[in-house]
Amino acid sequence: MSSVAKRALLEPVVDNNPVTLHVLGICSALAVTTSLLPSLYMCLALTVVAACANAAVSAIRHVLPSSIRIIVQMTIIASLVIVVDESLKAFAFETSRELSVFVGLIITNCIVLGRTESFASKNPVGLSFLDGVGNGLGYSVILILVASTRELLGAGTLLGYTILPSVADGGWYSPNGMMLLPPSAFFVIGLIIWAVRSWKVEQVEKPEFQIHEVHRKEAL
Amino acid sequence: MSEPAKEQGSKTETVARTLLVAFFVSLVCSSLVASAAILLQPRQLANAILDARRNILEVAGLFEPDRDVNQLYESIEPRIVDLATGAYVEDIDPESFDPVEAAKDAELGVEVPADIDLARVRRRAKRALVYLVRKDDEVSKIILPISGYGLWSTMYGFVALEADGNTIADITFYAHGETPGVGDFIAKPAWRALWRDKRVFDESGTPKIEVVKGRVSPGDPMADYRVDGVSGATLTGNGVTKLMQYWLGDHGYGPYLRNIQRGGGT
Repeated sequence: MSSVAKRALLEPVVDNNPVTLHVLGICSALAVTTSLLPSLYMCLALTVVAACANAAVSAIRHVLPSSIRIIVQMTIIASLVIVVDESLKAFAFETSRELSVFVGLIITNCIVLGRTESFASKNPVGLSFLDGVGNGLGYSVILILVASTRELLGAGTLLGYTILPSVADGGWYSPNGMMLLPPSAFFVIGLIIWAVRSWKVEQVEKPEFQIHEVHRKEAL
Repeated sequence: MSEPAKEQGSKTETVARTLLVAFFVSLVCSSLVASAAILLQPRQLANAILDARRNILEVAGLFEPDRDVNQLYESIEPRIVDLATGAYVEDIDPESFDPVEAAKDAELGVEVPADIDLARVRRRAKRALVYLVRKDDEVSKIILPISGYGLWSTMYGFVALEADGNTIADITFYAHGETPGVGDFIAKPAWRALWRDKRVFDESGTPKIEVVKGRVSPGDPMADYRVDGVSGATLTGNGVTKLMQYWLGDHGYGPYLRNIQRGGGT
């Protein structure tokens, strides 16, 4: 694999992560991460949509008039999302019901449109496909981390298997109910962003403005 | 890595070209969506039916994880009941009866009067689909579909009654939007188990079953009619109480259950 392709695939996982660096895709990250299994399906759905949308947009990039490019990209993304949603309903019925509207909301997920617009419309098909997969993986890493934390602390289970036996079932762990509510996803994502930016200091954003320092001379 | 946008301007930007691209993109996308919908529909319908059957088997206590749902379901007998008279309707095929569609129909549906609409059902079908479980030819359980408003949205479920039409065997909610970790106790096995052997009707035939706030006190004379609630989820519990009292009352399955109690449950 060439270094360019490798970068397109792997850079979005940590160094250019769509969730932690660009803070995109937060809505679904909050909503579907109460347990791990639906999160895994959500990751799969988003990765498939991002990769295919990138490839499709890239394939028509030379004939696509720029005046209608956004609406064309949205049409392609929306069609792919419907196909994925229908497939989930056919092949993973239980999970699709838990995910409810959030698969449909991939249409509005900024990660997908962001990548088709900023990458796929300027790069060849293969590379765009890899970029889509890479961004899907970046999203997946965060979703899996958040979902594992929430399911483990909120219910004492992972993928439905008991890890920390709860008091109600005769164990010792008292589940933290707050972990199952949306705000806890905010806290967990915030902590992850903090951790990533402490590790990769270059990801810390420059302050947009700084209050002018008052020097003693000026005050006088 | 990125190519210069060399074709911006003249060639791609004419009106005809724009319309042509828009047309072909729409054509390809719509055929993709349409074929996915048509190809996957049989499987989706099969899933929905399988899910409904599974819920019925679960509340009947007949569900076995490693056995085929459709095979187990053969022991369930769907019947249609006229709710006003409480008698079975023989001339409609239960397989083809859709209570949701019937409720919307001007002929087959009926408005629930506001003063007795505890469960906020608003409209229901005049007839209802019930499910009978037989053991040695005798009806052993009666499964009734129930629905009503909780805290956030309508909760849908089934209640299974013993053959006496008064004792509760199990209750299940298969679709609800109650708060995760708080109001979703209604779908948990531990809470469902509390309903076992509770009674619905008092001597006068009024449904008295209710979900109380907190725990049922041990010496409560009405303990047979009361189920523990969950603190912090009082409105979900109230929702369950109200839907039980509506559906098991005179405007719901009341007349049917009185027939059963008189021994007409064939």
